[in-house]
Formats: sequence, structure tokens, C-alpha cells
Amino acid sequence: MNDILSPATDWELGSMLASLSEEKTSVEILGAGSKRLMGRPPKADYRLTTSVMRGIPLYEATELVMSARAGTPVSQVEIELAARGQMLAFEPTDLGPMFGQAAGIQTIGAVFATNQSGSRRISAGAARDHLLGVKAVNGRGELFKSGGRVMKNVTGYDVARGLCGSWGTLAVITEATFKVLPVPEDVVTLVFAGLPDDLAVEMMCAAMGTPYEVSGAAHLPASTVLRLEHDSLSRAGQALTALRIENFPKSVAYRKTKLSDALSAYGTPFELDLENSLNFWGELRRVSVMPAGSTNIWRISTAPMQAPKIVYGIARHMDVRVYYDWSGGLIWLETPESADAGAADVRRAVAIHGGHATLIRADRAVRDSVEVFQPLSPVAERLTRELKAAFDSHGILNPGRMYADV
Amino acid sequence: MTSIELPEPDKSILRRRDAIVADLEAMFSPDQVISDEVGRRAFETDALTAYRRLPLAVVLPETTKEVADILRYCHESNIKVVARGAGTSLCGGALPAEDAIVVGVSKMNRVLEIDYPNRTARVETGVTNLAISNAVAEEGFFYAPDPSSQLACTLAGNLAMNSGGAHCLKYGVTTNNVLGLKIVLMTGEILDVGGKALDSEGFDLLALAVGSEGQFGIITEATVRIIRAAEAARPMMIGFDSAAKAGLCVSHIIASGIIPVAIEFMDKPAIEVCEAFAKAGYPLDAEALLIIEVEGSEDEISERLAQISEIAGELKPTTMVVSSGPEQSERIWRGRKSAFGAIGRLSDYYCMDGTIPLVHLPFALERIAEICSSYGLKVANIFHAGDGNLHPLIMYDVSKPEEAEKAEQAGAEILKLCVEVGGCLSGEHGVGIEKRDLMHAQFDKKDLAVQTRIKSVFDPKWLLNPAKVFPLDCREDPSVKPASTGEAA
Repeated sequence: MNDILSPATDWELGSMLASLSEEKTSVEILGAGSKRLMGRPPKADYRLTTSVMRGIPLYEATELVMSARAGTPVSQVEIELAARGQMLAFEPTDLGPMFGQAAGIQTIGAVFATNQSGSRRISAGAARDHLLGVKAVNGRGELFKSGGRVMKNVTGYDVARGLCGSWGTLAVITEATFKVLPVPEDVVTLVFAGLPDDLAVEMMCAAMGTPYEVSGAAHLPASTVLRLEHDSLSRAGQALTALRIENFPKSVAYRKTKLSDALSAYGTPFELDLENSLNFWGELRRVSVMPAGSTNIWRISTAPMQAPKIVYGIARHMDVRVYYDWSGGLIWLETPESADAGAADVRRAVAIHGGHATLIRADRAVRDSVEVFQPLSPVAERLTRELKAAFDSHGILNPGRMYADV
Repeated sequence: MTSIELPEPDKSILRRRDAIVADLEAMFSPDQVISDEVGRRAFETDALTAYRRLPLAVVLPETTKEVADILRYCHESNIKVVARGAGTSLCGGALPAEDAIVVGVSKMNRVLEIDYPNRTARVETGVTNLAISNAVAEEGFFYAPDPSSQLACTLAGNLAMNSGGAHCLKYGVTTNNVLGLKIVLMTGEILDVGGKALDSEGFDLLALAVGSEGQFGIITEATVRIIRAAEAARPMMIGFDSAAKAGLCVSHIIASGIIPVAIEFMDKPAIEVCEAFAKAGYPLDAEALLIIEVEGSEDEISERLAQISEIAGELKPTTMVVSSGPEQSERIWRGRKSAFGAIGRLSDYYCMDGTIPLVHLPFALERIAEICSSYGLKVANIFHAGDGNLHPLIMYDVSKPEEAEKAEQAGAEILKLCVEVGGCLSGEHGVGIEKRDLMHAQFDKKDLAVQTRIKSVFDPKWLLNPAKVFPLDCREDPSVKPASTGEAA
């Protein structure tokens, strides 16, 4: 268990995985390890990290495209992009801090392998939507490529995007090529105070249905607002619902007025300027309101309008802290320590109202005993197992990380 | 154009044809089964009309259960199946085979649910692309992917090919606009993937299914994102005396941080033909024309177009015209969207669909002209410049087989060129039969094996949309278990 393999090249990774496959020896796949405590605890003989495979072999700002080696820290990718006024539009969530790690250490390979998408997912798309191509090594030790460096590419199956969210169980990404976008010139956030969850979600959905291109819509109930690091916001003493508008300055000025008018039935919002907006949305990106600790954290994905019903359904049974992102479509939910992390009630509420839930943080014993990822339908489960075998015939990559036997 | 090899039909299936048709007639109502020759003729080709194959029979199911019934029957009887939407594929994606049953989804064309607060629409996949936008237009919403054939093409076909369109620079392609699918597998099993949530659970089966060219199953229902339309949109036209300058202009605009909704490029031959057809006021003296559209309020549009004009101005354009109003905007777009039809009135043509990195645009256009002239053929270039998706239209005379052959060879050279400069064989039309044999130019054996193994997971007997996407030798990879479809008979 103490051996950590750290290949420096694709070729080296390929030969390591080929021999592990031959010996039927399993291996846990890591980037920087910031999400190591998430998921089912893998039972592997070795560990392998991509962290030595770093660098940015391609960056064409005028084509909005970058390629980065899998082990490149996201922070480094973002520094390179910022120098040319560009960004990762899906603002990947950084789960490190909730596991007691420093912010900004996660690797770009892991961002795509786990499909980490933050608040702008609602307007700009998820990590998987920005991925254009990968080089990867599957569990057979075969180096392969899929996709490419151009925006539009339907040549062959979309294997690259198919690897997004597979948590290193199908292949180890060695290089990702992805779409980048210009940083907006100006940002403003309209904040509505004191709305109950259901009205807040209704308001966010109404905002998303306007032509003003809201690029972030999040609601924090009063008990979560308390935990914000932002000084004045954390003292608000009531629920806050935030809508972000990004564009060139004249456009932001116009849109914030139109949007306030359109939503006047929900109250009069106050504004966060550019700097305060960056701080606030930056906090959501680090999930700062769910800090390191021993409580359990769930991430629930659902139709936005169903979100308050799911939360009420769970809150009837236990004391929860919650906040809503993606206009309600993403619920971050903290449950107290318990034997199953509240899984029975969470899964029941999700089954009734639709969507799926993932246990992000819990004791190892809990993650060993309950399903961490959403249980699959029988047909999806069969296909999942067969896909696993197609990529990784001896099941050596992250065995059991997502599902037993996968 | 008949140089692409199509496998010999399975004689054992052909011999059983009468019995198979009788089975189908027992399973479906008379108006759902087409077995007479005249009826089958209507399904013998798609928009790659040089290739024609009369299918064994055609079945038009009306429900997901009926799709499951026909697929299960075919799976058990080892009969190949070609799924069909509207038959607008430009790459032969819907080309039938003599030993295959065509399963058309055209009768399944209902909009099942529109959910404005959650911004989704659930539809049957036989619905046309434009009908989805029309169904939500009343509330100011639209469905974003807009292939040129959107009046006719079905969502089923868009899902199979991961279709794009002129406006995907801002809104993405089909895979970025779909949240959930109901897929009937060859075994008749029904797989529900995703729904109204923004992420799907487990492996991203949705990503694999979209763009799988009808080889994994038949998608009968989809939940798609609907988007609130901008307050207004307006195009401008910028003409240049060289394609290189037009390419530079696109780079400069994007580098400045402006992402227009669409940037379309036309070269001189395309400008002339489209102007004659649409009277859009295209500049006939320009070597290259950009149509650039931006969205927002009137003030926002004016400001953006002024910025773009300033950037373009530095490159000394020959023309710069901002659309004067909705009527001119409509004509500008009609000219572009009817380009294929307009060129079709002058000549037969072969429409290509490669993508290149934009930096190589001047070189690629020069090479395309050289390649076509070396075969003695004319070419017009129309493409989505924002994302480098080229559509060279190679003109030839269909009544001269040697010219058709040359057009096909020139096309193959152009697509290889796209791969050589770092691009790909297909930006939005798909591989189908057309680019099947060129796949080796883009992918090595391992790349292809990774894909064919996925195919084997979804369709172990390789019955769905046979002889498409992969070179015919691809199943010889020993790690891909060949299934006994009776092909050898």
C-alpha cells in the first residue's frame, strides 16, 4: 500500500498499467489526492498519481482552446488563462477544503475525471461540455485518444466525454484538451434577502427564464449564510438569494436594472460589485459554507423546482444545513453524524421527487456500508459493468470506487 | 460515387424475407409496415443520394414499446436494423441495407411536456428540430442546435449525429443541450438516462449515446434544454479581399473577448451563388465574406457591432454592412441557410464537413482550391468560421461517373488535410458510410478498438446500423468478440 507509482510519460503509464493488468494487480488512481476521501473506499494494491505529468503543451487563445497534462494543478491552468484574459467557464468546484486540504491543489485531469462543475454550469455548461479531447490509458494499458482540439468534432463515438464522471474507473486521463472562454469584463450580483427556499427557487427559475443571461443563481438559507467567510454577508441574519450577471459594463448596468424590474415581486435586491461578487462566487466554488469537519455532506442533482421539496422531505427527519446552486438544480446538504449519513431519507426524498444523490463526505465506515453514488437501474448497472470490462478487463483501476465490482 | 464498399447482403436473411414480413405484419398494423417495392423505394437512400439500397422492409412504430418489440424480434432473429429519422443525413448515416429492416421514428413526433420553470422540453424523437423551437417560441424560448436542415431533420437524427449548426459557437451542439434520453437497446430493454437534472448519474451514458450514429440503440424520447431567446439579434456582413484577412478578423474578434452567436464564412463562388438566390445584398466584389451575429438589447447589439467593426476596420475590409432591420437580417440568413440548395440549382455537389484549427484557415483554403483544381473540379466554401467547421461544396456532374469518382477522391483528400493540420474528419454530419474508410487517418488501431468495444457492449451482435462509422476490417481486432450475425453466409 505504501508504493506510489508516479509515471512521467504516457508510455511509462501505459507499461505500468499493462503489467499491473497482466498480474491482475489493482491500483488506486490519484491526481493531487484532494478527493481521495470521497467515494467508496477503493481496495487497491498500489497507488498511482498523475501529479508528475504536468505542463501545457497547447494554448491557442484565439481559438479558445488549451491542452494540459493531467497532473497540472487547476490553479496553474487558471494562472495561464488569466494572463490572456481567459478562464475555465465551468469554474470547477474545489472539494479539497471540505476534506481539510488546501484550496487549489486539484489537478485538471481529476476535474474532468470527476466532472466538477461550479455555479456557472447553469449557463456555460459542465466540465464535460468543455472537454474537447483526451489522451488516456485504459485498464489494459492501451494508450488511446478521443476527440481532438477543435470545437466541433463528431468523428467516432464521444469517448472523451464518456470518461467524464467515471472517477478513474475506466481509464487514466494523461492529457485533456478543453474549451476556454474570455473572462467577462464586469460582474455584478443581485442579492435578494429573506426569501424562503421555495420562493427563492421560484425566483431563480424566473430569472433564468429572462433574456438577461444570469450566469449564477444560488440560494443560502439563513443558517448557511452565517457560515460565509464574507464579513458583511455573513451578518445578514437572513436567507440570501444571489443572481450573477456578467458582460461588458454597459450591458451589466442595463441587465441588472431589467432583471430587478422583472423580479420586483420578490423584493428589492442589493448589489455586490465586481470584487465582492468574485469573493462570494469564489466561496461557493470552494463550498466554503460546508467547511472541514465530521458531518456528512451530500450533493443532490435534480430539476430546480423539485429542490425545496427534496430538502423539506429530508429535513423532516433530521437537522440539515443546505444551500442551493444551479437555480435549485444542485443541492449541497449537510447531515448530522449517523450510521448511514441519512442515506435512507435522502434516497427516499430523491426517489419521490426525482434526481440523484451522491454522498460526498462521510466516515470511511459509512462509505463502506452505504451506496455513495446513486444506485443504478438494472439495465444501466449491466451496461456499467460491461463498459468497465471493455476498458479495464481485469478490473484493476480504482476497483469499487463508484460501485461494487466496477 | 460508388466507390465505398458495402457488404454483400446475408442471403439467409433474404431467403427468409417473406416469413419476416409476415411476422412484422402480425406484430404491427398495416400502415406501420411497408414491404412493397414502391413503398420501400422511398427509404432506399438519404441525403447522400449516390448510394441506394432497398431495405428488406420498413417498420414505423408509434410507441417506445413497439420499438422495443421490433428490436427484440430482430435481435432474436439476427436481422440487422437501420434506424431512420427524416433521412437527411449527408454521410449516408441512414442508408439501408438489403438485409436490414428500417425502423423509422417519424410517427413518434409529439412534444410530450414543456416545463418553462425548469427550462426543459420532453419530446418524442421523431419531432423535427424546428418543431421543438416552434413549440416553445410563444414564451420566447428556443432549442439551440440549428442544423441547416432543421425544417426537416428529426431530433432522433440530431442525437445520432450530435448535430451542430450556425449558432453553436455560443450555445453548443446537441450533446450540450440534452439532459435525458429513453433508449431502446437491441435486446428490447429500455434504458432511461438522465432527466431534468443537469448531471446524469453514474457513467455519462448520455455522452456516449449522443453521436453514436444509431449503433447503440434507438432513442425514442429526449429531455432537451430550452433557452430563453435574447431580446434581439442582428447580423453584420464584412467583406474582405482575401480569405486570410477574414480568418485573421475572426481570430482578432475572439482574442478581444467577444464571442458572437455566430460567425459564418463564404468564399467568392459561394457569395455569388447565394446572392443570386437570396438577394441578400452580399458584396459581389469580396473574395471572402463573414456574417457575424450578436445578440442582446438594441443598445447592447449596437455597442458590440461597433466594437467588431473597429476590429475588422483595421484589416481594411472591402465592405462592412450592419443589417438595417429584421427584413434584411432575414435575407442575410436566408442566403446562408439556403446556400446548399442554391448551389444545388447550378450543379450537383458533394458537401464536405471537416473541422480545422482556425490558425490554419488560409493554408487549408489554398490547399482545398489546389486539390479540387487538380481534379478539374470547382469548389465553393461555406463554413462556421467561429469553430473552424468547413463545408467545401465540390461541384461535379452526377451524370458523368468519372467526375463523381473524382469528386469523391478530392473530398477524401480534403478530409485527410483537415486531420493533418490538427482537425477532424467530421464536425457535425457524422461518419456514416462516407468517412468510414478514412477513420484510419484520424485514429490508430487502439483508438478504434476502444470505440468498437463500446459498440459491442451496447449491441453485441453488431446488428444496428451495420457497415457504418468503422472501416469494415475493424471487427477483426481479436479483442472485439465477433458475433454470429450470419454475415458470412
